[in-house]
Amino acid sequence: MEMLYQRDVYGQTLIELGKKDSNIVVLDADLSGSTRTCLFAKEFKDRFVNFGVAEQNMVAASAGLAACGKIVFLSTFAIFATGRAWDQVRNTAAYNNFNIKIVATHAGVSVGPDGASHQALEDIALMRIVPTMKIIVPADGPQAREAVIAAYNTPGPVYVRLGRPKVPTVTAGYAFEFGKAQVLNPGNDLTIIACGIMVKSALEAAGRLKEKGLSCRVINMHTVKPIDSQAIIEAARETKGIVVCEEHTVTGGLASAVDEIVAENYPVKVMRVGVKNRYGQSGEPDELIKEYGLSLEDIIVACGKIV
Amino acid sequence: MGSTEKEIQLLEDKAKETRRLIIKMLVKAGSGHPGGSLSSTDLLTCLYFKVLRHNPKDPQWPDRDRFHLSKGHCCPALYAVLAESGYFPPEHLWTLRKLGSILQGHPDRKVPGVEVASGSLGQGLSVALGMSLAAKMDKKSYRVYCLMGDGETQEGNVWEAAMALAHYKCDNLCAMIDHNGFQIDGCTKEIMNLEPLADKWRSFGWHTIEISGHNIKEILSAYEEAKTIKGKPSIIIARTIKGKGVSFMENVLDFHGRAPTKEEAEKALKELE
Repeated sequence: MEMLYQRDVYGQTLIELGKKDSNIVVLDADLSGSTRTCLFAKEFKDRFVNFGVAEQNMVAASAGLAACGKIVFLSTFAIFATGRAWDQVRNTAAYNNFNIKIVATHAGVSVGPDGASHQALEDIALMRIVPTMKIIVPADGPQAREAVIAAYNTPGPVYVRLGRPKVPTVTAGYAFEFGKAQVLNPGNDLTIIACGIMVKSALEAAGRLKEKGLSCRVINMHTVKPIDSQAIIEAARETKGIVVCEEHTVTGGLASAVDEIVAENYPVKVMRVGVKNRYGQSGEPDELIKEYGLSLEDIIVACGKIV
Repeated sequence: MGSTEKEIQLLEDKAKETRRLIIKMLVKAGSGHPGGSLSSTDLLTCLYFKVLRHNPKDPQWPDRDRFHLSKGHCCPALYAVLAESGYFPPEHLWTLRKLGSILQGHPDRKVPGVEVASGSLGQGLSVALGMSLAAKMDKKSYRVYCLMGDGETQEGNVWEAAMALAHYKCDNLCAMIDHNGFQIDGCTKEIMNLEPLADKWRSFGWHTIEISGHNIKEILSAYEEAKTIKGKPSIIIARTIKGKGVSFMENVLDFHGRAPTKEEAEKALKELE
């Protein structure tokens, strides 16, 4: 199975877009080596700005650049982009509905040994409540490219959430459309809706359940906002219940988005596989995935509560 | 470049008219911030009627100088000079802070002439930094102006921007501080001392100009001096009087964030005749 860093794909895609559109400007706050914006910086020195360790300044300055016609991609770790600079995102980037694309890396507990301070578990929630903001959480490397291109093509502010570790490619062969969920596995007994690195485990869970004679629909909800409510309502109507999986707190993120649609349109049981009111901690990504209840086994247990 | 006595007289008249509009707007709105609007009036009047290269008939003219009001709560002063410049019909001024108005309680891009919304303090200098960098990338000669409050410089974000503007040698930018010495809770000296303010900016690598913010001649020559400075950004620290121009509002804390009553407005307008 192909394994890619989403961040590498991001850096390469920036170069691809940068060659096409001279209006693209890339900003970073002293993490360009980690976020891979350094690849763009090397190619287009004059269109890259490093702000040093000053995320608030970077986000507010992105509004000035966008006001002068630039399409801005700005990157840092997810916790700093959405947490440290939230007011700048809300009041200055998003309120003005500017072409500012926040592509944040190192989301979730899969950051690993850096621990709680660097593991964003609430970034989707923080961006979902901002009115003009759109959110894409790609499942793998190739989808990271599609997400970055979609962000470029979508007017206004967009948040793209990327991870730190290498991830296996699971969406090969599936067409990507912004705002449209991908059904990666058909099924009528129950549905798993997942985003990011949880998509792979969701597919594996469906495989295990198949051995038990259960047909499990697997939906990759790469666009968390605007969410594909039709796909959710269909899942509620056509299957017995839904398990939502995200490498994020279970409040405010994908699970909450699904809950809201289900509750208002076709109430069925929804189980949430995610981080439950806890901070992260140091450890290896696979250890943390287990510790925080995000493993394949956790998904299977949640599915068992539906069927 | 000197300005003639006649020019200065014209600008003083304009400033008086701007102050009248501020009072009329605020009494109609029933809420808002007169103190800082009146203290920044002369800086804004000089900027809009003498310094800024702009075209109110074509607010999006690509080569226009940019202005960003970081102290967004003083938008009555900005709205007044924009209306007087011809960006929108002056009738709009009487809709300030009303439901559906383009004139929000803090600036919004719905207003022709407003480049970027503001209101959350401490971010405007960063916005101006972005504009300055865009000008450099596009090899454009427009200049960028940004007005901050003095209390606002208590925000850490301001100093992140200050450091970056010096680092990137943004000599196309001129910041102004409306240094009236007050913030909502009291004197800046008592709430959170800013001094020595000019030394702080100097130590951050800025060309620092200290003037009286109500002396038209000094204001104009400060803007001109800033244009000649190469290799670093400039800041005009303008000593001002909160509520300037209306005797019973001057240095009165209560008028930071309270609109005048009808009677107070009448009295104020008489003083501004």
